[in-house]
Amino acid sequence: MQRYSFLSLCRHALGQHRGWAPVWRTRPLRDRYSAIIVGAGGHGLAAAYHLAKDHGITDVAVLEAGWLGGGNVARNTVTIRSNYMRDESIPFYVKSVAMYEALTRDLNFNLMHSRRTMIDVLQTWGMVRDRRRRRLIMDIYGSTYRDIDVAELRRRIPALTGGGPGSRLPILGAAVHTDAAVNRHDAVAWGYARAADAMGVEIHQQTPVRTLLRGADGAIAGVETARGPVRAPVVALAVSGHTTTLTETVGLRLPLRTINLTAFVSEPVKPVVDVVVNCPDLGVYLSQSDKGELVIGGATDLGQSFRRDIKQSVFEDTVAAMLELFPAFRRLKLMRQWGGHLDMAHDASPIVSATDIAGLIVSAGWWGGYKAIPAGGAGLAHLIATGRPDALTAPFGLNRFRHLDYVIETGTTTAR
Amino acid sequence: MLVLDCPFCGPRNESEFAYGGPALAPRPADPSAVSDADWVDWLTVPPNPMGEVEERWWHLRGCGAWLTVRRHTVTHAVTEVRLGR
Amino acid sequence: MGGNGWRLAEGGRIDRSRPLRFRFDGRDHVGFHGDTLASALLANGVRLSARSFKYHRPRGIMGAGVEEPATLVHLAGELASGNRPATTLRLSDGLEAWPVNAWPSARLDIGAVNQMIARLIPAGFYYKTFKWPDWHLYEPAIRRAAGLAPAPATPPDGAWEARHAHADILIAGAGPAGLMAALVAGRAGARVILADEGIEAGGSLLTRRLSIAGAPALDWVTAAVAELAALPNVMHLQDAAVWACREHNLVMVEERAPSRPAILGRSWRVRAGRVITATGAIERLMVFEGNDQPGVMLASAAQAYVNRWAVRPGRRAVVFTNNDSAYAAAADLARAGVEVAAIVDSRDPVPEHARAASAGLPVLAGHVVRSTQGGRALRAVTVAPLAGGGARRIDCDLLAVSGGWSPAVHLYSQSRAPIAWDDRLAAFLPAGPAGPVAAAGAADGALELGVALADGAAKARAALADLGFAPPDAALPEAEDLPYGITPLWTVPGAGAKAFLDIQNDVTVADIELALREGYSSIEHVKRYTTGGMGLDQGKTGNVNIIGAVAERLGKTPGEVGVTTFRPPWTPVEFGAIAGRRSGPVVLPYRHTPLTDWHMDQGAVIYEAGARWRRPGYYPRLGEAFQDTVNREARTVREGVGIYDGAPLGKYEIKGRDAARFLDWIYTNVFSSLTVGNGRYGLMLTDDGLILDDGVSFRLAEDRFVMSTSTGNADAVGQHMEKLLQIERPDWQVMITNVTSQWANATICGPKARAVLQAMGTDIDMSPAAFPFMSVRDGRVAGLPARVARVSFTGELSFEVNVRPRDLPALWAAAMTAGAPFGITPIGSEANHVLRVEKGFLSLGHEVDGTADPHDLGMSWVMAAAKPDFIGKRSVDLRRASGRPRRELVGFRPLDPDRQVPEGAPLTPGGRTEATEGFVTACVWSVVEGRWLGLALLQDGRARIGTRAHVRLPGGVIEVELCPPVFHDPKGERLRS
Ligand SMILES: [Zn+2]
Repeated sequence: MQRYSFLSLCRHALGQHRGWAPVWRTRPLRDRYSAIIVGAGGHGLAAAYHLAKDHGITDVAVLEAGWLGGGNVARNTVTIRSNYMRDESIPFYVKSVAMYEALTRDLNFNLMHSRRTMIDVLQTWGMVRDRRRRRLIMDIYGSTYRDIDVAELRRRIPALTGGGPGSRLPILGAAVHTDAAVNRHDAVAWGYARAADAMGVEIHQQTPVRTLLRGADGAIAGVETARGPVRAPVVALAVSGHTTTLTETVGLRLPLRTINLTAFVSEPVKPVVDVVVNCPDLGVYLSQSDKGELVIGGATDLGQSFRRDIKQSVFEDTVAAMLELFPAFRRLKLMRQWGGHLDMAHDASPIVSATDIAGLIVSAGWWGGYKAIPAGGAGLAHLIATGRPDALTAPFGLNRFRHLDYVIETGTTTAR
Repeated sequence: MLVLDCPFCGPRNESEFAYGGPALAPRPADPSAVSDADWVDWLTVPPNPMGEVEERWWHLRGCGAWLTVRRHTVTHAVTEVRLGR
Repeated sequence: MGGNGWRLAEGGRIDRSRPLRFRFDGRDHVGFHGDTLASALLANGVRLSARSFKYHRPRGIMGAGVEEPATLVHLAGELASGNRPATTLRLSDGLEAWPVNAWPSARLDIGAVNQMIARLIPAGFYYKTFKWPDWHLYEPAIRRAAGLAPAPATPPDGAWEARHAHADILIAGAGPAGLMAALVAGRAGARVILADEGIEAGGSLLTRRLSIAGAPALDWVTAAVAELAALPNVMHLQDAAVWACREHNLVMVEERAPSRPAILGRSWRVRAGRVITATGAIERLMVFEGNDQPGVMLASAAQAYVNRWAVRPGRRAVVFTNNDSAYAAAADLARAGVEVAAIVDSRDPVPEHARAASAGLPVLAGHVVRSTQGGRALRAVTVAPLAGGGARRIDCDLLAVSGGWSPAVHLYSQSRAPIAWDDRLAAFLPAGPAGPVAAAGAADGALELGVALADGAAKARAALADLGFAPPDAALPEAEDLPYGITPLWTVPGAGAKAFLDIQNDVTVADIELALREGYSSIEHVKRYTTGGMGLDQGKTGNVNIIGAVAERLGKTPGEVGVTTFRPPWTPVEFGAIAGRRSGPVVLPYRHTPLTDWHMDQGAVIYEAGARWRRPGYYPRLGEAFQDTVNREARTVREGVGIYDGAPLGKYEIKGRDAARFLDWIYTNVFSSLTVGNGRYGLMLTDDGLILDDGVSFRLAEDRFVMSTSTGNADAVGQHMEKLLQIERPDWQVMITNVTSQWANATICGPKARAVLQAMGTDIDMSPAAFPFMSVRDGRVAGLPARVARVSFTGELSFEVNVRPRDLPALWAAAMTAGAPFGITPIGSEANHVLRVEKGFLSLGHEVDGTADPHDLGMSWVMAAAKPDFIGKRSVDLRRASGRPRRELVGFRPLDPDRQVPEGAPLTPGGRTEATEGFVTACVWSVVEGRWLGLALLQDGRARIGTRAHVRLPGGVIEVELCPPVFHDPKGERLRS
């Protein structure tokens, strides 16, 4: 793997940048591997990286229907945070946030990771209570929430001029989550892919998996792809939104349904907001990218959807909510909008788990899964390598549904 | 903003309706007679096709009827709206 | 003005009698009514009008419409708005515009030093550096450099209007195909909406010199517009961009300058039976070294400037093309007095019809422009045979380029219809089966006028037939146009680090090659790695060239490389237009009780409680501290009498032969055994075995109940009940009516409550024997028809007096008057919270937190064991069968009675920093105990009553003693009194 640094950039500049090698290789698809990961998105690539790095397992094929990094990792709002409410969730996300902080160095790839701070704007007493409960339990796990008053909020975010005393929902206070960060989503996928490839993992793009294959003993035997069958004793699915499409091919039923989340960006403007602003009472959150675009996310579409766009009504609701707090943004222009689909579990918490089919592993149910990529990938790799979940992902097994022991993050924030 | 053709009211904007979740199989008449696994399956596993799915919508701001709508999860095409189950 | 020779003496669609003064980049200029900012700048000889985003290279005006990638401006003053293409800005008097990306001006731009380090900052350079010691060191400077125009700082003056409309056929674009489609559809009597983003109708006919039916094409446009205006079933919107085509044919149109004062714009939501996208085509650049210099312009743009705006964009031009359409542009330039030094065509041979169209102009077949000379303005180009060989220099100040045409398939593709590569036209074309959205004209690949008119008519006829209209008989007008042919040349040999594919984002051929070399070979990777096509113009001029350049280098066809998905909007739309009038209470309506104003007059602090009800939190007296107010109000209820506004309480009437059976099914306990006039508390679960709501239901008659629900949950309960009834039990005869707003109530509570009611005057026998706890009586109170229920959420004797909402103020006034001798005091939700905690009553969102089941809350008694089934039973039983420890409701008293415990605080074993074993659901200052106490959900809590537990806070540990979750009148004697 070519090292990246300012010096290497200068050296290559002398050669007109003709000396850069491919960041990942295209290799022939073999008919057998020790493990198959379906889906070269954030979770799949992170799992491949950790399989090689933590467990020394490199005889791995990552099979991707389209282009690597093309799933939800390509279309999310990159909010990284750990402000959860349950003992099951907080330590997992705290770990994931910490892993992200070190990831630029670990991958030798600039993820442009920016510890940007998230500020929750609180406009109902119910939300004030919710954030206090989070703050007190998060402290146990080293994640922080700090209350600030409205004057401090307005000092930190001068563009936030709405929510005044006479407004529809006057701002009551704010909570600052300093652990929150944003980074560059494509870089995360590419950085993991480059590092995994360098350790010997094979990434096969344009290789859609049609069906899963079971052996005579009922255990997983591999997958049937558009390029032919590929065999492996362990198959892990990291195919957000399409998990059930694949598991249905072997009759496995999972408590998942596929839904849509909306996001859109404004035209690029000079710096105006330097934190992630989350408005849970109104249902909108935003941050400003390094390119200057405001990246805005909000409500989910109603009903199941495998589309990558969002209904107009849902989108308009989110725009109106943003303008309640940022009235000057009326003059700002929408540049691009899209949706991402993901599968949501019955209790809305993730699933990283073995299944009733021996050798078949799923990582699914991620909504807001971007922040979970490092720890989720490491957990998935652990499960693939050892057959057992690690401590942080253990609460997210499918077996919790056997007795309906849901992991319910009540009043989860808008920011995914 | 979908258009749903209510059997009572005719085609109406989605904003008049409340989404009521995927259409599950009929609730078991005697849940205690159903195995644990079957109960969990009925309760937590909805059909999730890349294709036509049946779901419940409530014409909340209209006639108040609960409807079952057959909608395509990729194209949004609605091919049937019927009263009740 | 005038004398500089840029503006033609006559012609063009400008009004020379109406000069307009404007200011650009700090200098004053004059243009004419009918100008865009771009045409006015060109007429004033301004060539350097922008700086590029990354390298700050000098740029000029390259296009003539929405495709403009180079000159973006932000407007000052009243029209303040950023990142607007100069080509789409209608000139107005006093307009003040500044180029984005340039400081202090485009002429003298400090950021231009980036050009010197260009080699160090190729595509994706930031992924490789700025890592040490930390990205944070570099990020602020990068952020400042990015982002084009400043963000708007103040809200605009005025509002956007919203209109909803239905159309049989919506037509996007009023060019030749769109107008033809509108005529055909309009004559057939269909409801037609024709929307076009231009200032006037005509599309490409405005900028070209063509004839229809033997007359200038614009005469046909004028006649068509007049005919459409006379048709009552046709609505024609100009300056109105169709920016999204969505599910079920919902089409979004932004009308930018409706003729109505104080309206900034109008946002149309049109539901259309059929959509015809007649959105035209966009010309592509040619890709060679220096193709971004001021003076390089799309050939169609140069043609537009001379024909439509009577501006010469140069004195001596070279035209560079790979297709036929530029020959007409060259002819028009020559006709306008621009010296055309050469037409450089990469093709050899050049079709005869093309040569004929520009008769007399010198053509260099099989040649290409290799590079340009000049810094801030073009001085010359270097031309050489495509096959290689001797280069020559041609002096010129205008280079008009045409890399071919890309049909504007954006809107069509947004509707999810497929597009496919077409080799003949070297473009992506609509490829879907006939459906509700169809493309017409140039947007459909019909790049010649006659074909476009025929296509517009054909698509309208197809739509009419689908909709059941009889298409009219009408002959197509005769039209003449140059046939179109192209041999694509994606990149000129030698194109590298200064050959731009995406002008706006400064993406060069060298960048694309670097991306491919590094393995970013999917088109999505290329675009994301280089940022090509990700700018404000969404790659309108550059996308197809990028795909072509990649295809060329990978040895694939552009179709195999693929196209990226088109997403809304077609052009940027202001958020204000999208939201329209939706702000404040329109977004979130208020819910007022009949007494909200009274509470506010009394100085109550209003809380927004569940379901957006505005109700009093507490009623502070002058100088009274918060806790003192709450204590006073709570104490009043315990010792005297209080009154609170219970209007928001959810209420349902449940009526019918099977009403009792229905309640038995949806509640955990039994209601069928309830006798008329009596009530019972019930818990409602979901089939997940989790608590949805609680409340009291009274039996008013054999077949009639009235149910109360918690305020915030009333709507959810209604949905839950109706769904179960209509989906699972449609054969049961039950009618559910939400009567929340039909009954308002004042609740009078406290030991003296009965005395107050009697003083108010009532015909109901108030004696405990005749009107016991948990019963309901109809009668009159204070002369008003009332339904009085003996329920208690405070633990004291309590009467909920329900009246018609309009009677509530009178009832309330009567209670205040009659109660005055008893010291009646209004109480808010804060005091109610204290009272219910002292009594151990549950509250949704506190103890009922979405995870607890009835057993956890000590309410096993409501789980009617004898009932074979009720909603939630199976799941509660199943969950319990796992034997996992549960969190159970307990009361607690801090060892230090003056120590308040924050609500929500976690309990951990020994107060240590480890996984929690529960949390504090409520903690109040108790007026009966004169100390802080509270409720908690704690693992195995009931068994631990009498022991101590530990609340873990960031600052330390609070030790508490566990007790049963009731602190006041455990036997319930007071509420039954
Ligand atoms: Zn209806």
